[in-house]
Amino acid sequence: MTTVVTDNCQRCRFTDCVTVCPVACFHGDDEMLYIDPDVCIDCSACIPKCPVEAIYEEPIPEDKQHWIAVNADRAPRLPVISKKQDPLPGAEERKKQLGFE
Amino acid sequence: MSNLGTAQNPARAAIVGSGPSGFYAAEALLASEQTVLVDVLERLPSPFGLVRSGVAPDHPKLKQPIRVYQQIAESPRFRFLGNVTVGRDVSVEELKGCYHVVVFAYGAETDRTLGISGEHLAGSHAATEFVGWYNGHPDYRDRVFDLSHETAVVIGQGNVAVDVCRILAKTVDELRHTDIARHALEVLAESRIRDIYMIGRRGPAQAKFTHQELRELGDLADCDPIVDPRDLELNTASRVELAERRNRANIKSYEVLQGFASRPPPTRHRRCHIQFFKSPRELKGERRLERVVLARNRLEGGPSQQVARESGEVEELACGVLFRSIGYRGVPMAGVPFDDGRGIFPNRDGRIVDGQIVVPGLYVAGWIKRGPTGIIGTNREDSVATVNSLLADLPKIDSGAKPGADGLTGLLESRGIRVVSYADWQKIDAAEVRRGAAAGKPREKFTRVEEMLELLGQPN
Repeated sequence: MTTVVTDNCQRCRFTDCVTVCPVACFHGDDEMLYIDPDVCIDCSACIPKCPVEAIYEEPIPEDKQHWIAVNADRAPRLPVISKKQDPLPGAEERKKQLGFE
Repeated sequence: MSNLGTAQNPARAAIVGSGPSGFYAAEALLASEQTVLVDVLERLPSPFGLVRSGVAPDHPKLKQPIRVYQQIAESPRFRFLGNVTVGRDVSVEELKGCYHVVVFAYGAETDRTLGISGEHLAGSHAATEFVGWYNGHPDYRDRVFDLSHETAVVIGQGNVAVDVCRILAKTVDELRHTDIARHALEVLAESRIRDIYMIGRRGPAQAKFTHQELRELGDLADCDPIVDPRDLELNTASRVELAERRNRANIKSYEVLQGFASRPPPTRHRRCHIQFFKSPRELKGERRLERVVLARNRLEGGPSQQVARESGEVEELACGVLFRSIGYRGVPMAGVPFDDGRGIFPNRDGRIVDGQIVVPGLYVAGWIKRGPTGIIGTNREDSVATVNSLLADLPKIDSGAKPGADGLTGLLESRGIRVVSYADWQKIDAAEVRRGAAAGKPREKFTRVEEMLELLGQPN
């Protein structure tokens, strides 16, 4: 089982997901968040929190598969994000572009 | 402004309950810029609440939040006071004498009843009792579940209901290497159950179980899931519900059900029947449960407001054991306002209120704050919100010195209570892991408080 953050997080980074993570498995750089697969317990609490539906669980769609490796690779090398932060500038704009009210 | 919450005058906080909401409240208090000393009170000698005694033994991954709680407990400003029942060993008034603020986070300890005739027949149980029993919770150690009949019925379709079905459906070999309590494994090994019915009053679009839990019912060694394709025919309102984005997890469950409905005829020893549109109307039996009367329902109302109404059709199902799993309920605490209708402490943003008036210094988090909804992580957000209210209030709270854990421990010891520290718990924990290793299990829990206290002896 794997749960991953994908491209919709880029230029958004709303970080609502981290507030319900029971194990603090989210890490982040300036661009987006990533899930550490060795820490994540696949509880899915984060999935409905994302306003742009950036988080996927199994079965992960074909066109999002490459994010499994990206999350696994980057998360452990970045700081843990466990508190809500302000979204990136322009996040609301981007959310609209992505088709979310 | 007072200096409460500074290094010179740290705020003393008691958290009542050591499950997820209690630990996440502790985490948030310890992470704040203000200086808070946090004491977590727990009625059992063992911490971690439903992560220890609610999460199913075959879901070890969902128990991993315990690692986070262990880290929180390492803070020098954290103390665990186990084997202390607030309301019995110490009153809320006395607690307020020892602490500046008190956060209640003791969950929803009882269950909702069906309110039908025959509910109290032998053989009719709360699912929570069964869950506590197989998870080795001391309160349920001596419960007796008769699994000698071939049919078991579970009323309700949440994740607890699915857990109960799955534990009943699994073979002993599927459970042997989990941390299931030994007494439960022995009884399950003798189970003669072949048919398990999970009954929901509404339809597949409204069921509360998650698709992950549901999917597992299709991956069992010796049990087939059975769904009647006619139950999956959706009315217009249900179709509208499933098309809504916020219900996208329900679509996944629906697809899993479709998969179950289109399977070839069952071949395995046990069958798990997932049935919709039925409500229990009466439990019948001479001395003990023999049959459940089920009323067929139809849905009425618009999208997201559909209710089940009896259609007049009834059927009887012979069964030997029945578990109701239709929700938890919080229990009141002497000296604290209680909302009896909802089974919670009335509150505004986690501040306990009496009518419109905020009760100074009393807070609430988790299920006893919002009702029994959400999963483990939901409590983290919830507890952080309560702690934010609490921290904002600190400057207004009487900053007079409070004795905290030392004062409370003295009081409890004078009453003959053996207070269990976190170091004590670590001894119990290590002993459980040792006992489990011999049986190829991650741990063999102590299932009696006396056993745990005996292991510890007197405090150093």
